[in-house]
Amino acid sequence: MGCGTSATAVTHRETPETDEAVKSPSPALTMKAAVLIQRWYRRYMARLEIRRRYTWNIFQSIEYAGEQDQLQLSSFFTYMLDNFTQLNGNGPDLISQLLDPVLDPWFDRETCYKTISIPESYTGPRISFPLSVSDTNALLSAFKEQQVLHARYVLQLLFETKKLLKEMPNIIHLSTSYTKEITICGDLHGRLDDLLLIFYKNGLPSAETPYIFNGDFVDRGKKSVEVVILLFAYLLLYPDHMHLNRGNHEDHIMNLRYGFTKEVMQKYKTHGREILQLFQDVFSLLPIATVIDAKILIVHGGISDQTDLEMLNSIERHKVKSALRFPRHSLEQLDIGQSHRLGKRMRSTDSSHSSRSYTENHRTPSLRKRRCGVSRRDSGASTSSSSSSSSSCSSLCSPRTPSCISPQTYPSSPSTPHNVLQVPFLDSLCSVPLPSPPQQEQEWKQIVDILWSDPKTQEGCMPNTFRGGGCYFGPDITQRLLHQHRLQLLIRSHECKQEGYELCHDGKVITIFSASNYYEEGSNRGAYIKLGKELVPRFYQYQVSRTTRRLTLTQRVRVAEGSALRALKEKLFAHRSELMAAFQQYDQNETGCVSVGEWAKVLESVLRLDLPWRTLRPHLVHLAPDGSVEYQSSFEDVGPGAPLPQVAPNLAETLFRYRTDLEIIFNIIDKDHSGLISIEEFRHTWRLFSAHLGVAIDDSAIDELARSIDFNKDGSIDFTEFLEAFRVVHKLDMKEQLSQKMGRKKYS
Amino acid sequence: KLISVVSESVSAVEQKITAAFKVFDYDSSNKVDVREIGTIIYSLGCCPTQADIHKFIAEVEEEHSGVVFLEKFLPAMTKVLLENKFPPIPKSTILQAFKVKLDQKGYLKPEELKKLLMEEGEPFTQQEIEEMLAHTDREDNLIYYPKLINKLTSDLTQ
Repeated sequence: MGCGTSATAVTHRETPETDEAVKSPSPALTMKAAVLIQRWYRRYMARLEIRRRYTWNIFQSIEYAGEQDQLQLSSFFTYMLDNFTQLNGNGPDLISQLLDPVLDPWFDRETCYKTISIPESYTGPRISFPLSVSDTNALLSAFKEQQVLHARYVLQLLFETKKLLKEMPNIIHLSTSYTKEITICGDLHGRLDDLLLIFYKNGLPSAETPYIFNGDFVDRGKKSVEVVILLFAYLLLYPDHMHLNRGNHEDHIMNLRYGFTKEVMQKYKTHGREILQLFQDVFSLLPIATVIDAKILIVHGGISDQTDLEMLNSIERHKVKSALRFPRHSLEQLDIGQSHRLGKRMRSTDSSHSSRSYTENHRTPSLRKRRCGVSRRDSGASTSSSSSSSSSCSSLCSPRTPSCISPQTYPSSPSTPHNVLQVPFLDSLCSVPLPSPPQQEQEWKQIVDILWSDPKTQEGCMPNTFRGGGCYFGPDITQRLLHQHRLQLLIRSHECKQEGYELCHDGKVITIFSASNYYEEGSNRGAYIKLGKELVPRFYQYQVSRTTRRLTLTQRVRVAEGSALRALKEKLFAHRSELMAAFQQYDQNETGCVSVGEWAKVLESVLRLDLPWRTLRPHLVHLAPDGSVEYQSSFEDVGPGAPLPQVAPNLAETLFRYRTDLEIIFNIIDKDHSGLISIEEFRHTWRLFSAHLGVAIDDSAIDELARSIDFNKDGSIDFTEFLEAFRVVHKLDMKEQLSQKMGRKKYS
Repeated sequence: KLISVVSESVSAVEQKITAAFKVFDYDSSNKVDVREIGTIIYSLGCCPTQADIHKFIAEVEEEHSGVVFLEKFLPAMTKVLLENKFPPIPKSTILQAFKVKLDQKGYLKPEELKKLLMEEGEPFTQQEIEEMLAHTDREDNLIYYPKLINKLTSDLTQ
């Protein structure tokens, strides 16, 4: 690169006197002009790239922070179950139905669909079993036309899928010798457009075009139902050429939080619950791994230092319905504490070396490194609060006697391995191997590791505190496992990548992600892999565009950036009182200002999001003339969605923060989908939730709130309306929309 | 008094540089991929040529390793900023540059621009020219460069 002649500092002294003077400028002049334009434009593109990066960082940080919340929600459900078998007197409620381990997993619900009849008025696709190509084609065209498949067919499809999956082993072995090339796709997350684009570019599944879909078919996107129906339909049609791995979102508790449950209930008002129940069974029956030519291992998340493919092959995979329903024994190790996020983890008593250094990991910031390719710095030593709150949490979970012995309770000399017990026998010590952790827990951990782990650049294996499950595995772990099983490559998904794919661990691990524009229009490409006999992966990228004209990078970045910043502002708003309290610590004289450094420090410690705060500052807050930050200005252009009921400030804030969780809980309680729940149910739930969160809200405040939102005074609450008040809106959006309508410029 | 003012701005500059560096330091190891150096320099408000960037990299890169450590980057970059080595280009200058070879009417055809930018100077890649050409007016298939300059400059003031 670079031109032959040395380009000294470019000046433009040789401006022509008149415009017409330049008919054929000298080569030197031409070159100088070119360099100038190129230089100028490259700077502009670099700046755009920076914006894209930090927009990306924002989305990822918030997404993972959200997944941490997920752990909270599931532990709350467990808590609810432990303390209340029924929330109202009329038989087991949906929570128990959904969350309790199904008593008879093999109970065949075939009768449920046979009784459903299809009305004459139904204009959607009709399919018949066994499926044929015309059925899958019918589904494809129907879904393109936004039609919804009738519940009867859905149930029948799920039932047939369940039957098929029961026959499959946990790990599927494939060979390229019978096929041309195998196509491997990553996360789809309910993006029907991406799936259709892949089928269009690459061909529909068939004997000539076999596919592997590596998990996370549902949640987040709006068309999860359609995506998963198509995948299951092709599975039934071509069981030898279509292969599905389970992802961490093929999990009914994740579905509660990330949208699949809601989507199903909205599309299937009458039979939604049965459909969800069947999905739960089917998801747990999905195979967990695929191996190609005994050389390439494909799993959704990753591996850990404990991953044992033999064990994985032998366990009863359907028993692990959800990664977030821990085997009961592990609960007392769960650190349910006051409002801290990063301190929460799942832990099972395993004998891995990492468990010993659990407490050290927890407190030493330098160990909390992240996966390769993504910007992440530890957010300070703010985790020490976790241990202090453990005393208060004992009242929240019922104490349980551990049924297995924790290796840590026995002192042992440094030279003693952890899974060995020193027992005095006669006059010496005798080494006795500790009983291995209960079968159930080990199996659960094996599966969770496969579905939730992420690769990282540092060697070793550490619990994945960020996600709350699985591990961070280093290149040495990969090397060891591949070598052990004579494999040469690990293909996984689970993480969104800007180019749709990424290599790490010296090319031994590939991440493949197939949902383009995952965070926002223009945020990332999707990709898929094609593998032939020579087992050299080829990558194909794409990006779905909602608009027909091609957006410039500028436009894409701007849209994504706007969305990310909005999400960030909402976070600030939801933590307003904590932030203000921290700011005021630095601003004893109540000037309303703090320095930029102090501002950044406060945000980092309160929000615990690892972001370049200084760079983001101009978007979030105003500066005073002297260069200090007017910290209140962040909260000026966001506000509640509707007039707030009279609530105490910290109650309001908690409601903003946990709005999504509350929505889920209310929807569960509202069995007949009327949009109403009784005041008693509301009070009950709210009291529970706030106790669980460790937020001190007194009963009278809750009662007052309940009374104030019972607008009809009839003892029931329209929770949709209630929650509307706690949706954050951006006041500037209104202004922008208005001004856009008024002055549309011609766009070049 | 003067000395303290200078040293204050030096530390502010160093903080800015370190923050920009860290955006690309993915595993917090105080090093970045050498291919990101150009972007980092641009992000700090500078406008170097490719040749300038290569010269800079030669000074700070760790012997053929493809990485640059913060310890070397920081002093070199601080010098660049304090001496204003690669100042941004004023709008008027760019306007003249567009006018130099090509039509003075305030617009030009995509082919002309493509020829200039892909054959002269420090040539654009296919991707770079495509991105610039995406600003072509859809109806008359011309690039109104004064508008382009205004647009991109206003986007920069973020």
